Amino acid sequence: MANIIIPTPLRKFTNNLPTLESDGETVIEVISDLSGAFPELKPHLFDDQCDIRKFIRIFVGDEDIKALDNEATPVDENSVVSIVPAIAGGAR
Amino acid sequence: MSSQTLEIDAEAFAAMRDHVEQHYPLEACGFFYGSDDSVRRISLARPVSNSKPGDQRRRFEISAQDYMRAERYALENDLDLLGIFHSHPDHPAAPSAHDLAQAVPFFSYIILSVAKTGVADFTSWRLDAQRRFRQETFSENPVQSNQ
Repeated sequence: MANIIIPTPLRKFTNNLPTLESDGETVIEVISDLSGAFPELKPHLFDDQCDIRKFIRIFVGDEDIKALDNEATPVDENSVVSIVPAIAGGAR
Repeated sequence: MSSQTLEIDAEAFAAMRDHVEQHYPLEACGFFYGSDDSVRRISLARPVSNSKPGDQRRRFEISAQDYMRAERYALENDLDLLGIFHSHPDHPAAPSAHDLAQAVPFFSYIILSVAKTGVADFTSWRLDAQRRFRQETFSENPVQSNQ
């Protein structure tokens, strides 16, 4: 059962729960479980094509899933899945 | 929605001010933490690197690794991750279109206008439900309370 860290800006969609657990065996199963359990979260995680949004990064432990097996990256009970929003800005 | 009033500890404000002044004329950034009750109270600021490739005089970016560390730090220390501060070197402390486009809900965005002589002004902003920035008010002036 993987642990998921919900980023603070999205916790209002998870009843303010900072961490959750999922029985999913891959990243996409975990993220899909999550958006199924909390439907208001879904548009913040998936785009209209049901792909994970470009400004959301997913990490398993300290590894970006782009460096692993993307959404098919396997997870287990020792995995910590982090959802990371892009943070940027600037004066001009 | 919680209050749009901010309290900020003098030490936390000093950490933001010192960081952005040290990195002038480049943009500098970091996270701040505290509690989010009837008043949002900032007790700690922790600078991070501006990871934006290229010209950092007008843009900042926080790496995903630094963001993950910030969330973990908040969980481990029973703090709320309340928002992000960044500087506008030689530019007003008002959010740009780029700031708005990149903003996420819930977070407060403190903007410090910094010049060669130091921080000249600062403001804080939070997205509303329509994704517009609303300015937050400070319950007291952290510059005066820090002197």
